[in-house]
Amino acid sequence: MLELRLYLAQRISAAIMAPLVLLHLGLMIYAIQGGLSAEEILGRTRGSLFWGGTYGLFVIAVAVHAAIGLRTIMAEWLRLRGPLLSGLSWFFGFALLAAGWRAVVAVIGG
Amino acid sequence: MRDSNPIQVKVWRGDAAGGAFAEYEVPQQPAQTVLDVITWIQRHADASLSYRFACRVGMCGSCAMMVNGIPRWTCRTHVNKVRRDNRLTIEPLRNLPVIKDLACDMSQFFEKWKRAEGHFNGVASRDQPVAAISPREPARRAASAAIECINCAICYAACDVVAWQPDYLGPAALNRAWSLQNDSRDRRQVERLQAVSSDGGCLQCHSQQGCAAHCPNELNPTASIAGLKRMAGLSFMQKKYREPHA
Amino acid sequence: MKAHRRQPLYLAFLLHRLSGLGLALFLPFHFYVLGLSLESDAAFDRVLHWTAGPLFKVAEFGLVFLLALHFFGGLRLLALENLAWSDRQKNYAAAALALSFLLACGFLLRAF
Repeated sequence: MLELRLYLAQRISAAIMAPLVLLHLGLMIYAIQGGLSAEEILGRTRGSLFWGGTYGLFVIAVAVHAAIGLRTIMAEWLRLRGPLLSGLSWFFGFALLAAGWRAVVAVIGG
Repeated sequence: MRDSNPIQVKVWRGDAAGGAFAEYEVPQQPAQTVLDVITWIQRHADASLSYRFACRVGMCGSCAMMVNGIPRWTCRTHVNKVRRDNRLTIEPLRNLPVIKDLACDMSQFFEKWKRAEGHFNGVASRDQPVAAISPREPARRAASAAIECINCAICYAACDVVAWQPDYLGPAALNRAWSLQNDSRDRRQVERLQAVSSDGGCLQCHSQQGCAAHCPNELNPTASIAGLKRMAGLSFMQKKYREPHA
Repeated sequence: MKAHRRQPLYLAFLLHRLSGLGLALFLPFHFYVLGLSLESDAAFDRVLHWTAGPLFKVAEFGLVFLLALHFFGGLRLLALENLAWSDRQKNYAAAALALSFLLACGFLLRAF
């Protein structure tokens, strides 16, 4: 049953991220012109509920998605199994979640 | 007629403990199949060569081997189509334990077939009328698309997930399960869906489609597995079934 | 590459896996740099200026390409698994690759 839950979590997080990635790609192409500056980025994000909510959700979805993806790669290519596999997957997931939210807090709250 | 340009054939010889390639020169013949080449070696070069075949016409599914690294039905594979620089390398099927030379142990392949509930479970007896199923019904068409499997294990040998996840049921067993899930006469579809969506089941498939690329009958197990994934996901969402111990 | 893997949809699988792996490994750095703005705007700006060189722009092109590849490839897989089966998977995979490259080139053109 674990695989079914992982499968669904992987696909649901992917579906959540699909519009967010499109937005992110568009934003990158828009923002890169003329170079990046802290003033430009933070001017857009600071205090913005929209960007805070969007990227807050993005970070949750990406942490779930990346942890499950890495888990599959570790199982298939590194032959990890059992508690080591689960432990490393949880670690990656939580590390990404923590680092990601820290980044969101940094650019939204400052 | 004396053959001036014999085929250079490397054949894997050995058993479960290990082995190595032996080289043979096999005379060319018109319309020669890879199975003909192996048979020639056994009859004229080394009678101790072990391999498996039965029907020689692509129906029984027993003669599959790796030919130049690709799993193929050797009885229907012409040498002209597959030799490289007049060379053939023939090995036992990938992903299965070897018994001897080119014959591998198919037990796990058929055990997984059973684990996937790959058998028909009907309730009607001979006294009841034949079930009326329209050939145009979507479920019947899905079953028909998956039904011509000859159990040759070529898809099983082609599948990387089988190599990476030893518990994985594999394309053939899952394809069979899909055809039964679309058989309205079958009475064990809830149990089968649980069997194929538990660990080691359809959800491990990465849709590489190696199975479909190499299936000699041009079936597409990946499409069947995608169908099972859909069924499993929907069923989970509807909470139609739960694991007995859950 | 092993002979049985020489088919386009294995390549599609491999690109999807490697792009995902690349993105997962890049994310911690991405989050770290954004987190710098917690310390001070100046620290954040220093790293941003540091990444303005042409070499970094080519690296960023690579990242945009990876993200686009994983995005379009992932859409193909979601459709494959959840919609009615289509036999045109090779076409879709090729289209995903082409679109990703175009998008990444668009990024590169605006970056310089």
